Amino acid sequence: MNAPRRTSGPLPDDAPGARTRERAAEVARQVRDPEMPMLTLADLGVLRGLEVARDASGAEVVIASITPTYTGCPALATMRDDLVHRLNAAGFPHVEVRIVLDPPWSSDWISERGREALREAGLSAPGPAPRRTGPVRLTLGPVRRRLTCPRCGSAAARLVSEFGATACKALYTCTDCLEPFEHVKEI
Amino acid sequence: MSDEHGSIFDGLIGGDSSQWAFGTDFEDPLAGIDATTPPGVDGAELAAYCLMLGDDALVMAQRLSEWCSRAPDLEEDIALANMALDLLGQARLLLARAAAADPSVVPGLPAGSPVPAEDALAFFRDAGHFRNVRLVEVANGDFAHVVVRLLLFSAARLALLERLRTSGDGVLAAVAAKGVKEIAYHRDWAGRWFLTLARGTEESRRRLVAALDALWPYQAELVSSHPLERSLARAGAGVDPESVRDEVDAVLAQVLAVSGVDRPEHAPLAGVGGRTGRDGLHTEALSLLLAEMQAVARAHPSGRW
Repeated sequence: MNAPRRTSGPLPDDAPGARTRERAAEVARQVRDPEMPMLTLADLGVLRGLEVARDASGAEVVIASITPTYTGCPALATMRDDLVHRLNAAGFPHVEVRIVLDPPWSSDWISERGREALREAGLSAPGPAPRRTGPVRLTLGPVRRRLTCPRCGSAAARLVSEFGATACKALYTCTDCLEPFEHVKEI
Repeated sequence: MSDEHGSIFDGLIGGDSSQWAFGTDFEDPLAGIDATTPPGVDGAELAAYCLMLGDDALVMAQRLSEWCSRAPDLEEDIALANMALDLLGQARLLLARAAAADPSVVPGLPAGSPVPAEDALAFFRDAGHFRNVRLVEVANGDFAHVVVRLLLFSAARLALLERLRTSGDGVLAAVAAKGVKEIAYHRDWAGRWFLTLARGTEESRRRLVAALDALWPYQAELVSSHPLERSLARAGAGVDPESVRDEVDAVLAQVLAVSGVDRPEHAPLAGVGGRTGRDGLHTEALSLLLAEMQAVARAHPSGRW
């Protein structure tokens, strides 16, 4: 089980709110991505932290932080709503969802368990994200990725488009079994 | 529909946005993000600068969206829509950042209007208040036209955002860091199609060269600096577009060389009295684009979307 990444260090066990936080984190970790429901938000790496604070009246407030995969990701609001509803239903009436933009989401943050879930659902998991420093090189040649067809395991795949049904996926066709499949892009 | 399960309209009436497929959006796209203006930076200048970068993205996103259902095939249709969405996301954050830096840039709406600041900026400003470069507002042409426009636009934006990652303004730096990853895909897409059309048939090459000729006069504005951009660059919050000119030229030269297409020699589109798109001086194409984009929002200034 992958713990959500924390914006600050873990609370000491005896700190006020530590138990609330542990219970709330357990609930938040179960919430799934609305567009790729085979993944939890934690496995996708968009759940960035979970803290417990007290508001002016002394009530405990669960503060969850999420980050968009792509800047225009339209699923962010649904993620927020799903987190709030699941936490409310689990007995946390005060929930606040914050957005984190920095550091930007990377496909490297998809957990091993998440990658396995992608493959089981017929999607190809991303390879290592490009490390960029300085000016970005233009790539005019064909895109080369080492990937295998999630259905038949063949390494023969043809890129159809770098853009798919959601911002985070590219489209491929396996040239052996001829089935189309989606590949989660390296970013 | 039983009372027990309520009505699908409950969400609209009760404000429970989870009833909708994608919910409503965040009330504040910068929720929880520190949007204080960094020391040494003028709030009004920062806002105007964010409008420049945000309006470029917004107007380009609108032009790309117009391609929806019109591309040569489904894959390219989806690609164009994806790129529009990336840019719309960047625009939203940048316009929200402009409003946070200087609330006086946001057009006034009826008291109690739920329209957020970034939407007010997108839908309730007239053309003269948009600060985008004129390249992005030109009416769409054929497929070669959108390929060329995207290449010119993304080559400059990528170089700019790459440097903006170290901006002293945390929001700009974060938007830039994400944007670099996105625009890198856009530029590669445009570069590959440029090459494909140039080396394709006589007709595809003819159309490509025609689009390049038509759009070239607008290219210089992307890498020319406005006094305000220079000022923000000096304050460590912005990037002077002139500082990336050589880098952008090198990328374009690379694409042109591989494609065997000559660099056009047309003079840059002139401004009027020294004013250009960055000052709110636009072609009539922008007014027409805005009329379509803004009509519904303006008819319902207190609407909730």
